[in-house]
Amino acid sequence: MNQPRILQVRTKILKANDETARAMRQRFESLGLLVVNMVSSPGTGKTALLRETLIRLSHRGVKVAAVVGDLETDNDARRLATSGAPVRQILTHGLCHLEAAMVDEHLKGWDLAELQILFIENVGNLVCPTSWDLGESVRVALLSVTEGEDKPLKYPGLFNTADLAVITKIDLAGPCEFDGDCARANIESVRPGMPILEVSVKTGAGIDAWIDDLLERRSSAHRQTLTDCG
Amino acid sequence: MHELSIATTIVDEVCRHAATSGGSRVTAVTLRIGRLSGVCADPLRFCFEAASQGTPLDGARLEIIDVPVRIWCSTCSLESELPSLQRFACPHCSRPCGDIRAGRELDLESIEMEAVAPASIDPDSSMPALDIASNLPPPP
Repeated sequence: MNQPRILQVRTKILKANDETARAMRQRFESLGLLVVNMVSSPGTGKTALLRETLIRLSHRGVKVAAVVGDLETDNDARRLATSGAPVRQILTHGLCHLEAAMVDEHLKGWDLAELQILFIENVGNLVCPTSWDLGESVRVALLSVTEGEDKPLKYPGLFNTADLAVITKIDLAGPCEFDGDCARANIESVRPGMPILEVSVKTGAGIDAWIDDLLERRSSAHRQTLTDCG
Repeated sequence: MHELSIATTIVDEVCRHAATSGGSRVTAVTLRIGRLSGVCADPLRFCFEAASQGTPLDGARLEIIDVPVRIWCSTCSLESELPSLQRFACPHCSRPCGDIRAGRELDLESIEMEAVAPASIDPDSSMPALDIASNLPPPP
């Protein structure tokens, strides 16, 4: 009897997504466009923070846009569109995460050269979006005080791929008996050295620091593009 | 349930390889899954079985090589396996450490296929198994 044949493949399973994401990242970088991928559980307040962010940045003359992923409904896109910024909804129809090609498809028709910061609000999920690169410049993991301090320990995979952590609904920290020191220590434990911001859309606490952080990142992305071109 | 997306991607990729290799039936698929990849073995097996039905992979074994997280400590100049995903620190000096050297893998490693008797070769001589493995460098 013939021996079975073993074919050594050694390829990345998500190779197609990685290649699309790489091409997108190159395009974003060549334009000096900062792309922010916001990831969290459902209910963390991504949409509320993003709406406030779009308004604040637009008031400061920054050209912003957003794509938002959800399983169903365009509720989030409609909420975000009240900011005045261009917004598109990506409906995944049951899929628990965004993939690079979906984002790419929804950017068609937008002149990215006219934009300075593009936000991608991922599907609310702390596991599945981990594996899919969307070509983003920065991945932001959000955690609300209502979720408990140990979320980073429960979902180390996602927090470990993030570049920035944002603790939301900080105005509710007292009523929720949220231990901020413990939460920050847990984030530090699974992603040593990652910067952590705390915000409240309700009171405005920490929003300026978040906006400044984005603008600083956008400036360095833009500087890098000028250096590469020059 | 992103394991279904992963499973269908694997099935498509393996079918492509199987087609270019003579279209024989696939008997096993080996993956390398890092502990930080965000993919769980059990749901992946379940989805793989469903996704492979009616394809050349129908009934194929799914072998999963679990890849632990390895980190590099610049203080100790040492690469170590991380004992717990809850604490990214060097197990020797306890300093926080985020320099990950392994554990994010989500790789299709190899495909085992039924041998196909070559028509153009003397039928009395047996076809040796294709052993590319021995000619390849070890995985990074």
